[in-house]
Amino acid sequence: MLRFLLTRIGLVIPTFFGITFLSFILIRLVPGDPIEVRVGERGIAPARLAQLRHEMGLDQPLWKQFFDYIAQVLHGDLGVSVVTQKSVLTEFLTLFPATLELSIAAILFAVILGLPFGILAALKRGSWVDHTVMGVSLSGFSMPIFWWGLLLILLFSVTLGWTPVSGRISAMYYIEPTTGFLLIDSLFFSDDSGAFGSVVRYMILPTIVLGTVPLAVIARMTRSAMLEVLGEDYIRTARAKGLSAYRVIFIHALRNALIPVVTVIGLQVGTLMGGAILTETIFSWPGIGKWLVESINRRDYPALQGGVLLIASLVILVNFLVDVLYGTLNPRIRHGR
Amino acid sequence: MKHTVLGSALALALMAAVSPVAAKTLVYCSEGSPENFNPQVNTTGTSFDASRPVYSHLVQFEPGTTKVVPDLAESWDVSEDGLSYTFHLRKGVKWHSSKTYKPTREFTADDVLFSFNRMWKTDNPFHGVSGGAYDYFNDMSMPDLLASIDKVDDHTVKITLKSPEAPFIANLAMDFAVIQSDEYAQSLLKAGKPELLDQEPIGTGPFTFVNYQKDAQIRYKANPDYYAGKAKIDNLVFAITPDAAVRYAKLKAGECQIMPYPAPADLEAMLKDPALTVMQQPGLNVGYLAFNTQKKPFDDVRVRQALSMAIDKKAIVDAVYQGAGTPAKNPLPPTIWGYNDSIEDYKFDPAAAKKLLADAGYPDGFSTDLWAMPVQRPYNPNAQRVAELMQSDLAKVGVKAEIKSFEWGEYRKRAQAGEHQMAQLGWTGDNGDPDNFLYVLLSCNSAREGGQNIAKWCNKDFTDLLEKAKKISNQDERAKLYEQAQVIFHKDAPWFPIAHSVVYMPMLKGVTGYKVSPLGSHDFYGVDIAE
Repeated sequence: MLRFLLTRIGLVIPTFFGITFLSFILIRLVPGDPIEVRVGERGIAPARLAQLRHEMGLDQPLWKQFFDYIAQVLHGDLGVSVVTQKSVLTEFLTLFPATLELSIAAILFAVILGLPFGILAALKRGSWVDHTVMGVSLSGFSMPIFWWGLLLILLFSVTLGWTPVSGRISAMYYIEPTTGFLLIDSLFFSDDSGAFGSVVRYMILPTIVLGTVPLAVIARMTRSAMLEVLGEDYIRTARAKGLSAYRVIFIHALRNALIPVVTVIGLQVGTLMGGAILTETIFSWPGIGKWLVESINRRDYPALQGGVLLIASLVILVNFLVDVLYGTLNPRIRHGR
Repeated sequence: MKHTVLGSALALALMAAVSPVAAKTLVYCSEGSPENFNPQVNTTGTSFDASRPVYSHLVQFEPGTTKVVPDLAESWDVSEDGLSYTFHLRKGVKWHSSKTYKPTREFTADDVLFSFNRMWKTDNPFHGVSGGAYDYFNDMSMPDLLASIDKVDDHTVKITLKSPEAPFIANLAMDFAVIQSDEYAQSLLKAGKPELLDQEPIGTGPFTFVNYQKDAQIRYKANPDYYAGKAKIDNLVFAITPDAAVRYAKLKAGECQIMPYPAPADLEAMLKDPALTVMQQPGLNVGYLAFNTQKKPFDDVRVRQALSMAIDKKAIVDAVYQGAGTPAKNPLPPTIWGYNDSIEDYKFDPAAAKKLLADAGYPDGFSTDLWAMPVQRPYNPNAQRVAELMQSDLAKVGVKAEIKSFEWGEYRKRAQAGEHQMAQLGWTGDNGDPDNFLYVLLSCNSAREGGQNIAKWCNKDFTDLLEKAKKISNQDERAKLYEQAQVIFHKDAPWFPIAHSVVYMPMLKGVTGYKVSPLGSHDFYGVDIAE
């Protein structure tokens, strides 16, 4: 097990280095630096431009900027946002709970609906149930998030008036962030009785929109994993032993079918982070997705590099945990090689 | 179950009985997060809008106009030579207080000195705080203009200039010339947190800052001690909503009462919506096509005039601006004083254009480049499309135009270096003074390589008129000079002015007292909402 963990950790280091390099170089390949983007039609005197570039260290050769940045990161310093002059880590930590809260809600939504539908489709293979679930999940998987979000807003918020359009809570309430998770803050740290209800109502649509792709993926994966397992000899044996259909499906089949499904759920973390950028933009959700897009537009190098690095760490961490969990669920992986 | 319903009904009734009058809250669906709350150091309209409720200036623009009127300075005198300005400050103006700060004194001359010295003097302890780039202060040439700022007494400040500059007074109404509290700054410095000056603002404006959650909302409440009287609304909330379609949906659902920057595609539906009032006004901007007058064939005025007649301006404005633009005939927008409305624009007349080209020695036309910005700008929603329409019009008089574009920063740099033959660009005004358009964009001084005058047009008579107007402080006299200058501009045709974009401001029917600012700012003092 130790050897397994060490190999995994060994793989993480070059990944980090690669991600830092990519985020560093990609944003610099986009023409225009933070100063030029800010200047607009007004223009800037060459002397002042040179001075500002010098202050930001942009006049240094690229390789030197990169190694300076690496050294800084290794000291645990992600730098200061060019735009707001606040520490990148502080900004990230302020905004991240909103993204995390939404992502957890979305993945719960996807798992709670995706698993049963996948199982159902597998059991009723070839029936209309199977075709419906597979058809709908294919549409869900291919749905452009931006269009899907606006469509739901127009139907449920504007036409029917059931859900709020955008934001995290009604403008009537103000919740001082304690944990940053509004569901918790509004329930335990607020005197406003309606605040919690408001938070829930504001979460419904973004959760559905962000959860749609993972839902489709989980449903499809569950179905195919179940089908594979249901064809195995030990299921036939279980049935032959005269076990109840319930035991056969949920104890013998599902447990084994879950292994690939868990991996897929873990992989959805990456999808969620990507989807969060669009979902947060549509629903004016104050998370890191919107912050990153803004950082690209303003060429806020430190914010973008730091943000990408932190998100990447998170995805790597989750994948690492999935690997470990996978090893626990299926000893063959651990001892293989 | 029944008990709970009854219980909550009772609680509601109690709550209603306790609060005498429901507080009036205006929710504004703003378009983005501010960088901070100090307009000295930030540069975007979004940030200016977020700071403006909190602060006052020495002078201000009268709401809905570009006229400069008193704010914290009740009156001011300008010396004969136009060099010194004496400001008589308002007495009894109270500073806001917050959870962490209680002011011990009212607004005085010290606050004015502190506010300007922070931007001006590199040895000011606050100079380097929050990045220390005072873009607007520098761009408006303040360091070149200012000779001294002196406190005469607690309520009198004298500013001396190095040379007479009439537009200077309008600079003081711009957002960057904000007045901050010296006492608050010193207390933060002592506490070792100078950066809070720019994040938890204390001002003398109509609203006090309550709190800000990045990308979510900014909250203000009415300042009961505001010198011009408490605002009609009690609370002001900026609900940060970056997507225009979502802002419109929020407005329709009643989650906000007023929004800026509607998507052009939504305008038609908005104008028809009985629940909405849509205010509109031409913006303080101009989009234009500049002819490089130092390059052949555009050094010949006949060629410039011919091309001005060869392009169908109305068709471009209709097709590209889709109602959000009005054709331009002058370099100045019509909302600015000094606009010469008697100028008659070149008529669209391809036959006459062809004849004029023949006179100039180009009976078969010629080949040229035609530059188009790669990005959407406030004064031009789609420069590429404009260029395509121009290209087809020009082809009809034998001019073969090749459309070129570069990355936006590169585009400006190359255009300002004069590498083009014809290039589109535009301008948004800063201080509502005609000088801020004409001198910046068309004077000989800015025709130098790297200057803003991308027509590289240097007309001595035109520039002389502008120089003269800078030295006079009487606005009517200045207006006459600018009107003459526009006549020269029209005859010499260094630009083909395209359009001024129109600013739309949709709001719910119950909102009253809103004034669309020609300067593009969004102000909420004086706004009321029906119960």
